[in-house]
Amino acid sequence: MKIYVTNVFVDDQQKALEFYRDRLGFAVKRDIDLGGGNRWLTVVSPDNPDGTELLLEPSDHPAVGPFKAALVVDGIPAASFMVDDIAAEVARLKAEGVQFTVEPMDAGAVMMAVFDDSCGNLIQIVQVKG
Amino acid sequence: MTPDELDALFKALADPTRRRIVDRLAERPDQSLFELCAGAVAKGQPVMSRQAVSQHLEVLEKAGLVQVTRAGRTKLHRLELWPLRAAQKAWLGRLL
Repeated sequence: MKIYVTNVFVDDQQKALEFYRDRLGFAVKRDIDLGGGNRWLTVVSPDNPDGTELLLEPSDHPAVGPFKAALVVDGIPAASFMVDDIAAEVARLKAEGVQFTVEPMDAGAVMMAVFDDSCGNLIQIVQVKG
Repeated sequence: MTPDELDALFKALADPTRRRIVDRLAERPDQSLFELCAGAVAKGQPVMSRQAVSQHLEVLEKAGLVQVTRAGRTKLHRLELWPLRAAQKAWLGRLL
């Protein structure tokens, strides 16, 4: 058994596509029309196109809104991505207009930072310490 | 400062985890619950569950030691020193 897909619930799939592809730099892996305005929309790391897919899943289930809101209140990220150079990545994303809620900080085995995905989630990036 | 406020202050401080949270916030203000928990891990301190930290923050807030502000929708916590100064003025100062 292996993990082939994981998800974030996004407020708007088109807006999420633009953020995750155009700002973060992920590549679209699947974009399938499911009807009713919903898509099976996944992105992958361009460095690892056969790796785990991230599903940009609609937030329309009634439990999702309160769940996402509660995580944001406490500053808890909905997903975590790994980067090689967190300082360079933060600089690049800020230049793209991405809003950070936690500047790079020491979190034990990793350095981490947190940004707002503009689709209702906080997202963590980590760099494993050398 | 009323006797009830003095009670709340000393009760809030009568716990090592809450004093650690006070120390964390003294080092860096305006931290979310998530940052406070992540910071504890970085310091190699015993892991604190988010639920536990949340409850400790509530006690500190009731004692006036922690003030909550918001950045967007995220709650941030900062230290307020006036209860300590008030306690010194109201009672501790007479002994010291």
